[in-house]
Amino acid sequence: MEIGLITLAIILATLLGWLLKQSFNTQPWIADEVSATAHHGPLGDESNTRLIALMTLLAVVTSFFALILSAYALRMELGDWVPMTEPQMLWTNTAMLILASVAFQWTRNAAVKGQASRLKPGLIATGLLTTAFVVGQFVAWQELRANGEFMTVNPSNAFFFFLTGAHAVHILGGMYVWARATTSVLLGKAEGSAIRRSIELCTIYWHFLLVVWLILFGLLLST
Amino acid sequence: MPLAVVLILLVVGSLLFHVLSPWTFTELASNWGMVDVTIDITLVVTGIVFVAVNLFMAFCVIKFRHKKGARANYEPENKKLETWLTVLTAIGVAAMLTPGLFVWAKFVDVPEEAHVVEAVGQQWHWTYRMPGEDGKLGEVDAERISNENPFGMDPDDPNGQDDVLVYNAEIHIPVDRPVKFLLRSKDVLHDFAVAQFRVKMDLVPGMNTFLWLTPTREGRFEILCEELCGVGHHTMRGAVIVDSQEDYDAWLASQSTYSALNSRPPGNAAIGAGQYGVCAACHGQQGEGNVAMNAPKLAGQSAWYLKRQIMNYKNGLRGTHQGDTFGQQMIGMVAALSDEQSVDNVVAHIRTFPDNPPATSIEGDVGAGADEYRVCAYCHGKDGMGVQALNAPRLAGMSDWYLERQLANFRDDVRGSHPQDFYGFQMGLMGQSLFDEQVMKDLVAYINTL
Amino acid sequence: MSYVAIADRDHEQEHHDPQTFITKYIWSQDHKVIAIQYGITAVFVGLIALGLSAMMRLQLGFPDQFSFINPENYYQFVTMHGMIMVIYLLTALFLGGFGNYLIPLMCGSRDMVFPFLNMLSYWVYLLSVIILLISFFVPGGSTGAGWTLYPPQAIMQGTPGIEWGILLMLASLGVFIVAFTMGGLNYVTTVLQARCKGMTLMRMPLSVWGIFIATILGLLAFPALLVSAIMMIFDKTLMTSFFMPAISSMGTDPGYTGGSPILFQHLFWFFGHPEVYIVALPAFGIVSDLLSTHARKNIFGYRMMVWAIIAIGGLSFIVWAHHMYVSGMNPYFGFFFATTTLIIAVPTALKVYNWVLTLWEGNIHLRVPMLFSIGFVFTFIHGGLTGLFLGNVTIDLPLSDTYFVVAHFHMVMGVSPVLVVFGAIYHWWPKISGRMYNETLGKWHFWMTFLGTYSIYLPMHYLGFQGVPRRYFSMGNTEFMPASAQDLNAWITMSALFVAATQLLFFANIIWSLTRGPKSDPNPWDATTLEWQTPDHPPKHGNWGHELPECHRWAYDYSVPGYEDDFIPQNVPADKAPAGRDHGGEH
Repeated sequence: MEIGLITLAIILATLLGWLLKQSFNTQPWIADEVSATAHHGPLGDESNTRLIALMTLLAVVTSFFALILSAYALRMELGDWVPMTEPQMLWTNTAMLILASVAFQWTRNAAVKGQASRLKPGLIATGLLTTAFVVGQFVAWQELRANGEFMTVNPSNAFFFFLTGAHAVHILGGMYVWARATTSVLLGKAEGSAIRRSIELCTIYWHFLLVVWLILFGLLLST
Repeated sequence: MPLAVVLILLVVGSLLFHVLSPWTFTELASNWGMVDVTIDITLVVTGIVFVAVNLFMAFCVIKFRHKKGARANYEPENKKLETWLTVLTAIGVAAMLTPGLFVWAKFVDVPEEAHVVEAVGQQWHWTYRMPGEDGKLGEVDAERISNENPFGMDPDDPNGQDDVLVYNAEIHIPVDRPVKFLLRSKDVLHDFAVAQFRVKMDLVPGMNTFLWLTPTREGRFEILCEELCGVGHHTMRGAVIVDSQEDYDAWLASQSTYSALNSRPPGNAAIGAGQYGVCAACHGQQGEGNVAMNAPKLAGQSAWYLKRQIMNYKNGLRGTHQGDTFGQQMIGMVAALSDEQSVDNVVAHIRTFPDNPPATSIEGDVGAGADEYRVCAYCHGKDGMGVQALNAPRLAGMSDWYLERQLANFRDDVRGSHPQDFYGFQMGLMGQSLFDEQVMKDLVAYINTL
Repeated sequence: MSYVAIADRDHEQEHHDPQTFITKYIWSQDHKVIAIQYGITAVFVGLIALGLSAMMRLQLGFPDQFSFINPENYYQFVTMHGMIMVIYLLTALFLGGFGNYLIPLMCGSRDMVFPFLNMLSYWVYLLSVIILLISFFVPGGSTGAGWTLYPPQAIMQGTPGIEWGILLMLASLGVFIVAFTMGGLNYVTTVLQARCKGMTLMRMPLSVWGIFIATILGLLAFPALLVSAIMMIFDKTLMTSFFMPAISSMGTDPGYTGGSPILFQHLFWFFGHPEVYIVALPAFGIVSDLLSTHARKNIFGYRMMVWAIIAIGGLSFIVWAHHMYVSGMNPYFGFFFATTTLIIAVPTALKVYNWVLTLWEGNIHLRVPMLFSIGFVFTFIHGGLTGLFLGNVTIDLPLSDTYFVVAHFHMVMGVSPVLVVFGAIYHWWPKISGRMYNETLGKWHFWMTFLGTYSIYLPMHYLGFQGVPRRYFSMGNTEFMPASAQDLNAWITMSALFVAATQLLFFANIIWSLTRGPKSDPNPWDATTLEWQTPDHPPKHGNWGHELPECHRWAYDYSVPGYEDDFIPQNVPADKAPAGRDHGGEH
């Protein structure tokens, strides 16, 4: 459970540090004049709202994966663990996911600079690369199944399918938001600022899932 | 105002209840008196806090309840008071925690000289294993467990040959000698708990757990499973019998080792045929049963069950109840079987009989009976053919009038009330909800259809 | 489009377009309606769970008397009662119900920041409840594995509901977690982003603090339950061996190898212990506000109270294995977890002191919500103190898995939060419905519930001392138990049935209020918090009319010296009422 604990400790410490900043040296029972309270919310204006919601969601997802990894570490120590050989396909998939992240970053930069013409190719490239990753993962699964390396063979296999599956589900969730953004860009319906914000958040999510994947992949390779 | 009075009354009442309650810890029978001391310390500390805080609250309710024109004081916080309260609480907590940690340190540290008893749990009974002369337990493996090898012993392990196997829910230990109970589960989680010993521990399949104690007085102490293990959880009982050293030695000498059990010859049906003559008078030449003689069908019943019941009659676990007229007859009859070997022989002979379905005599609502049978099926099997691992005999295709009579016997504690008849006790508890004449008839009518 | 704009638009619509019943009450995105939907659904399943407990008590109090209760359905009742009460009633009611209702109103926002997601959260929650209820009717019935769902027994033969019940249970939990996450993202983001001008974190009412921290705990802890649920589904359906070791079940080999049941327990309690505080922290917060309002006094030591909530929340993640002292885990863990567990008693005790000190020199109005609050403090002290027994690893040896545990957690997690729930409903009922309840009925309801539950659970501790194990269908003849223990059980059953029946008073009161209750004053308790200062009573969709409120002071300006009224609402500026500056300083 150390992995889960450390991750949570980091999340909670972040929160705590921020709370401390809010509350130190305040004497809450002291009222104030109208002018003194002119700020609106401690984290700035409401365009941050979605960012904060996303960060909260990422904390939840982090907790989810950290707990699977805790279980992984605990289960690994029991006697019957046999390391599995990861399909070579995963390297290609990893490359796809890295490229998808790069493409999203490129699109995001374009969106921030207001280069609307780059949005379409950027989003489509991201979508294709991400789809390639998901399809690639699925192919890797099929390969393993065809070789008789399914979940029951060993707990390491079971965790492989569980981890990759859970990660893919999160990617697919991101694809839903991506699809909505892309559709509105393709149909030309969107306001520039809304699309920009949407792309910015998606980019963060993509980078996050890339990091999660790199950690998972590293762990799968090393054990 | 009533609120304050009630708060005070509740505080006083709780204290009185605590002092006067006849329900309290059972008399200690092990070295874990320190557990009781820790509890007493905690009771005192928490009791003081309980009384003080609640009486203070009651006082506030009386003194500061709303009166016309009254106004509350304004005091956002009081750092000094809060600091003091924090410190006092921390001291109280430390006073409770420290002895707890000391006792726990003793509990995790098993004395070298402790002798080992392995308690094996399974749905829903206990068995035990002890190392023999060599002081070592043989290897066991869940995959080797079978009806013939209920402990999952490795037949090739020399350490296991002299292991003493106790296929009985009762275990004996000598008084005043530390004992380490190694705990092993065959199937699901269980928990080995004896109230008078104060310690308990879960049994976890796939690993060994332990607890240790030194029994300090002789007597019979019940083991309860205290980790939910399925529908029979509440029937999973056993007993630890703390003996004087002499009694213990005598008991140990009567137990069999693994190799002795293995080398026992199987029952000889040919010899058994001769001994069966006395049985045939009532149960029939082919063990087909005879309702007029109150003798149930024997043919087709599992060998282990026949043997256990004959042994129960011989050992006074069954048929000794005053209400069990027919069981009492059996006691006289089985006296003819002089030893365990002759019992095996007779059972072997009975197993050679053809298994023909008996005439049915009970009518009832089969549909309602099927609903009732759901609970029975957990042990006796969906097909009613019995499951040896659960000590559940065959019901389907046996004498239905006999099933009904036995259900009534279990209800009336005519059967299963002997403290050593653990399996009969289980049946009594499991069947608690069936004991209505019509329900029994429905149930037996359903079993007749299996 | 920003949430303010959405709320504004909806507010406009309410004035101009007639809304249909369906958009107003069923597919509503109004946090208040969603709160009520959550509340009604949670109370409905809670009543089912109450009925199940009545059946259990009948069996325990009067064994051999009721042929319709057999070991199989008894264990199913035990399981479903526990799971429903903990997850589907208390968690849903405190966060989905009170969280939804109170956060936007107390923070001075128009609504949750994502109203659509909020609506979705309720419907997904309802789906989880439906899946749960379906499991009663599938072949084999609902699961009887105990609410902890420990493997191997949860998915092995010998346990009721291994056919479908356990799968539906796990699926329902998964769906619930999705619903909770949707709601939780909303609550956290709303608290962080949508507070009105001047509502700094340290001015938030403690109710919001409790709900806020509980939500964070939930968001981080529920994934542990989700992970273990998924892995158990794999073990059950695909025959993986995450939790399943090699076993011999009823003489057959089911084919598992090498897994660890303890692993499940770690994951389960990693969720399960914070879960206790997910229920308790909102109750702590709400009861603080109730005590302060009805005692006409500021909550004592507000900053300490906030930090205690945060400390308890943080510590709750490192105490989980105190549920596992006798589980067979490495016994050396016992030292660590006993220490952390007893440390958590310190901030908890401070909260209790501060509640009681709030009454000191107060001006206590013993209205129904106040009665329930003081009742809560009493039962919580009792339940908290017995926690010190079980948290101490040594004392857990004789007491774990006995009725002492059952009595402890019902006192601290059953009775106490439920008293707060009732107190809170009575307190906010005028705001929710615009009508008053019947004071006399309310008082009767309090007395019967408070005294009745104490009469159930105080004696139950002593069954635990005696050594009576929990989750036993029947004791049978047991030598170490005196026959009088059965009489005690019968008494407990009668008390329990009595308490269950008296809850009818509550529903009678609600019906009375809705049909004949007098219209309430917009601020009947002279409370300071923002929800009592809404322009409409009860508040309409959007809460604040055209102008958002501004907050100028903390939520506890009661009986401020030099001001005529004994309360100053949070939206009164400092130049209109004393600022508190001269009175609050360091002592």
